[in-house]
Amino acid sequence: MHLKYESQLREPLVYGDKTYKQVTEDIVRPIEAKPTKLWYIGFYIAVALLMFGVYSVYREVTYGIGQWNLNKTVGWGWDITNFVWWVGIGHAGTLISAILLLFRQGWRTGVNRAAEAMTIFAVMCAGQFPIFHMGRVWMAFFVLPYPNTRGPLWVNFNSPLLWDVFAISTYFTVSLLFWYSGLIPDFATVRDRAFTKLRKKLYGVASFGWTGSTKHWQRHESLSLVLAGLSTPLVLSVHTIVSFDFATSVIPGWHTTIFPPYFVAGAIFSGFAMVQTLMIIVRKVFGMEDYVTIGHIEAMNKVIVLTGSIVGIAYLTELFMGWYSQNKYEGYTFWYSRAYLFSPYGWSYWGMMACNVLSPQIFWFRKMRRNIFVTFFMSIIVNIGMWFERFVIIVTSLYRDYLPSSWSVYYSPTIWEIGFYAGTFGLFFTCFFLFAKYFPVIAIAEIKYVLKTTGEGYKNQMAGIEEQPLEDFVHQHAH
Amino acid sequence: MAKKKFVVGCFDDEAALFPAVKKVRTAGYKIHDVYTPFAVHGLDHALGLRETSLHTAGFIYGITGTSTALSCISWIFTKDWPLNIGGKPHFALPAWIPIMFELTVLFAAVGMVLTFLYICQLGPFVKKHHFHARATDDLFVMVIECTDKTNVDDLRGFLSSNGAIETDCQIAEEGWWIGKYDNDDMPFENKQIVVA
Repeated sequence: MHLKYESQLREPLVYGDKTYKQVTEDIVRPIEAKPTKLWYIGFYIAVALLMFGVYSVYREVTYGIGQWNLNKTVGWGWDITNFVWWVGIGHAGTLISAILLLFRQGWRTGVNRAAEAMTIFAVMCAGQFPIFHMGRVWMAFFVLPYPNTRGPLWVNFNSPLLWDVFAISTYFTVSLLFWYSGLIPDFATVRDRAFTKLRKKLYGVASFGWTGSTKHWQRHESLSLVLAGLSTPLVLSVHTIVSFDFATSVIPGWHTTIFPPYFVAGAIFSGFAMVQTLMIIVRKVFGMEDYVTIGHIEAMNKVIVLTGSIVGIAYLTELFMGWYSQNKYEGYTFWYSRAYLFSPYGWSYWGMMACNVLSPQIFWFRKMRRNIFVTFFMSIIVNIGMWFERFVIIVTSLYRDYLPSSWSVYYSPTIWEIGFYAGTFGLFFTCFFLFAKYFPVIAIAEIKYVLKTTGEGYKNQMAGIEEQPLEDFVHQHAH
Repeated sequence: MAKKKFVVGCFDDEAALFPAVKKVRTAGYKIHDVYTPFAVHGLDHALGLRETSLHTAGFIYGITGTSTALSCISWIFTKDWPLNIGGKPHFALPAWIPIMFELTVLFAAVGMVLTFLYICQLGPFVKKHHFHARATDDLFVMVIECTDKTNVDDLRGFLSSNGAIETDCQIAEEGWWIGKYDNDDMPFENKQIVVA
């Protein structure tokens, strides 16, 4: 038997001296119990929002894109802002499960399942916007390259918009596979404990007949590791390609070489903020404070302050380049349309600066990083800020173009544009509420795997071993 | 599909499991499998299982994706319908890298997951015999295949003396069948074969 050792300087990942059985019971409890009143209220609100969204989309499909306030120069407004925002949020899940797996960060085990679920739901929401932005949504399949009777007329493989189609659909598929392959063993755990017939049947189907065989675990580990290795460049590529939608154009404010790293950092930033929002609620509602500990929250806050600062440097670099290039159009966009507070959209730029760059700096203080209320509040602020960022990039670059005669009137959304956005919130939270009720929200098998090295009980045991004289230790453990 | 006889030993701690695996194998018994609630590292080596080559399959699927993307796009843009885009080259390799990369990842991921499910014989509506319901909860279940020479009582005693908290003898189907987990249907005849 290997003697595993982890430094006492690291705080436990699982609080309480738990056994494997307790881990199962704690995590499966919400599935086996009846949902609370709060769950029903939240779920119905989400469904109501979703219905409003469905109606807004119905109007857009029936009457056309004129239901939105997009105009001559502002051809991309709330819709693409929301698309980029949701895709960005969808980055944290795969980042947590893939990149942190490769970096052997043990704390990922507490939050990866929910973060991956969040990724999948966020990408589902994101996908709605470009699809319905097409206007004639029944023609959406034209983006797929297939031999057709129109020539065959192929799609343009040199276009970033087509790269986006491939990137987002690949990202969704791979995230879904990664998530589900991790869920199989946990579904088997739920199945084998189930006492109602229906639950046994449903989780029996969902668990694919998993037995826990050593050979299967060995292959499962290999699969997870390779999927993580594939997802790591994938997650970076997806937002890079989203940024290409802008960066390969010649619009001042979009035509920027720093966009890929800047977008990726922003995506991680907003994704972690959304994970914080959700996990703080989930751990409280389901009583999972022992698994999603204050240490997990602190670790995520560190990522938030890092990526928030990267995003801040990117904003400053853009301003500098707007001046340094001495290009009139660049200068106008960055220094007038954005940075000048009293320009029509100056408020959105400074809102973005305040939410994304200034306010996360409080996470330099350990006390703030470990404060649940501050974290929850900040996680919402960051997501508002990141929404502003995309709005600033899209709208302030578009509303005044090269030709003053075509400068548009002030763009503000119609109720149906807002309704569409609200509807994606409905979709997201409907899915998340169902997930929280019917799926193990924490990866049971992975928690059990780290329990013996990082659980509180085992940490204490290790502390005892550390105080032993060397001779006794060798005597006890050498073979 | 056929049934076999197995002796089952349950352990509640992986620290007891490893020495037991070693002793059982040295004593010459054939371990059918060990069912664990999570991936116990090193157990595959202790059981003498070979490394999996799933990642090699993943690599092959990946390069299949890359070459699919490259060959399709280059055929479309240079042979089938050469489109003049601002006088730029028809064979615009740098612009194709994003799609080549995405298809590499897509093919590798989908291929690996399907291969994983196939070689592990997992899928919806697949049902297998479970030697212990707690094998997915908190027990490490060692299953030893019996031959006609195996003395079941001796073996159970041997397992108990090596830390098994529970032992059992079961006659079970070792393959899978189509079934649901809410009833105990077994579509096969109860034919038992004994490995010599």
